Amino acid sequence: MDQLDTPHVPVELTPWDRVQLARHPQRPHSLDYIFALCEDFVELHGDRRFGDDAAIVGGMASFGNRTVMVIGHQKGNDTRENMKRNFGMPHPEGYRKAQRLMRHAEKFGIPVLCFVDTPAADPNKESEERGQGNAIAESIQLMTVLKTPIVVTVIGEGGSGGALALSVGDRILMQENSIYSVASPEATASILWRDAARAPDAARALKLTAQDLYALEIIDEIIPEVPGGAHTDRLATMATVGKRIAAHLEDVCALDLEILMRQRYDKYRRIGHYEEQQSFAGRGFL
Amino acid sequence: MKEFFRRTKKSFPADQSSEQAQIPDDLWVKCSSCRELIYRKELNDNLKVCPKCGHHMRMSAREWIGLLDVGSFSETDAHLLPTDPLGFVTPDEAYADKLKKSQHRTGLADAVLAGVGSIDGLWMALAVGDFAFMGSSMGSVYGEKMSRAAERGAELGIPLLTINTSGGARQQEGVIALMQMAKVTMALSRLAEARQPHIAILVDPCYGGVTASYPSVADVIIAEPGANIGFAGKRLIEQIMRQKLPAGFQTSEFMLNHGMIDMVTPRGELRDVLARLLQHYRRQSPPMEEGDDGMEATDATPIYVHGRV
Repeated sequence: MDQLDTPHVPVELTPWDRVQLARHPQRPHSLDYIFALCEDFVELHGDRRFGDDAAIVGGMASFGNRTVMVIGHQKGNDTRENMKRNFGMPHPEGYRKAQRLMRHAEKFGIPVLCFVDTPAADPNKESEERGQGNAIAESIQLMTVLKTPIVVTVIGEGGSGGALALSVGDRILMQENSIYSVASPEATASILWRDAARAPDAARALKLTAQDLYALEIIDEIIPEVPGGAHTDRLATMATVGKRIAAHLEDVCALDLEILMRQRYDKYRRIGHYEEQQSFAGRGFL
Repeated sequence: MKEFFRRTKKSFPADQSSEQAQIPDDLWVKCSSCRELIYRKELNDNLKVCPKCGHHMRMSAREWIGLLDVGSFSETDAHLLPTDPLGFVTPDEAYADKLKKSQHRTGLADAVLAGVGSIDGLWMALAVGDFAFMGSSMGSVYGEKMSRAAERGAELGIPLLTINTSGGARQQEGVIALMQMAKVTMALSRLAEARQPHIAILVDPCYGGVTASYPSVADVIIAEPGANIGFAGKRLIEQIMRQKLPAGFQTSEFMLNHGMIDMVTPRGELRDVLARLLQHYRRQSPPMEEGDDGMEATDATPIYVHGRV
């Protein structure tokens, strides 16, 4: 590398840098996007089973000339709000509310827009008692067969199953500095090396940036951010995100439902890397 | 009538193709729960359930094949081999090396054994996890084998039985592993369209991305007594969330009490329960007509008026 050129070359962000940007406290959250991109938002509450989880918000809104069902993880903008929103970590009732809203959307032929921004599903004792695993599994199952278009945008942290439960869809978009991972880098470092301090190593190894996921053909598009990150120019961020979601929404809404469902099946069914050999024993490790 | 379903010999004979069948074992085993020494043959005859305290010991995927009718199992997709899609290398470990080591140690290609077999002559697609292979973590091969098993069930018009034990998604395959949760669930929609049941057996331990996906939406969920089943690990809840956990937290019995599973069934009764269930489905699922989406039947059904049948 030529040292002289350094000031003119854009700064190369490490995966750990992007993790920090994705978690930046000033980064816009789901409701910011909903209020900026939609009109006539009517928030709907409750799972009709147990409670209303503030870590997931949702409701009907106008997006362009369409009515959409918007659903997103919601982090708080300050400590007090974060306590209320559980730092964007949904409880089972949050996912069950999301399922209710999705069924509602399917019933009335309304497309679904999801905003993904969660560190993880809530891992406390009460969530286990109320069936966190079941709630996430049912969300995933519902989204695999929901007969209405689903466009997902990862706007911050896509943390594990807690994120996947709102992100099975026909199009998956990620902002340039958002992340999506099998587990948080801290959790992976803790699982593999029993040392959460090695999170930056894990962040690199996990391939969790939007660029990585695009290269792995898991997501459909990277939405560019302004150089300092989404929080440094909210207006520009909102405008770009709105335009890209609109383009993909028009695309999927134009599809015949049967074709849409077949495409969704194939989109997920093909994910995975393995070798297929005629003889396992021929491999020589037995 | 009950005798009809009962097996004459209460044992899971070891699958003849098993690698381990040829290796002479130690004669005595110590129960990991009550610490009693047990004669290995007695333990194996008792389906690896401790005759002293009833503790259910872990079984390999091959050993689970003994649940089926003798000789009925034929393996499928044995030739699927894991790769290292992310090039997952860290200073002290490379995934590619870890895979090779695990394959050498276990004689398995990856964590799932899949195939077709029968119980009391009733055929089903089968997929079994093996905890000895990297904690039966769900990566691409796991996901692909489960998905194919579901699709095979749909194609052949037979039920799917999954036996699940897992530490969760395989970290070393990153988000590709996470996406297997969606992929398997997607494939199961085909099985549902074919109106064939998915019966999931949860065995110790079952956690994370596996608990949070396909087994938790099975048509019938059966757990073995005392198995640890949950989403978040106990260590995480205790250390990060700083919550005290009661005895029996995240056990099969806990899951049953909270309405998350259908039943807790001792290993010795599994065959009997499965045979009864499979009988019910076979009786009740007529093959679907071409183009029947299940909705027209409802429309055509005469309106039921109370009191006039």
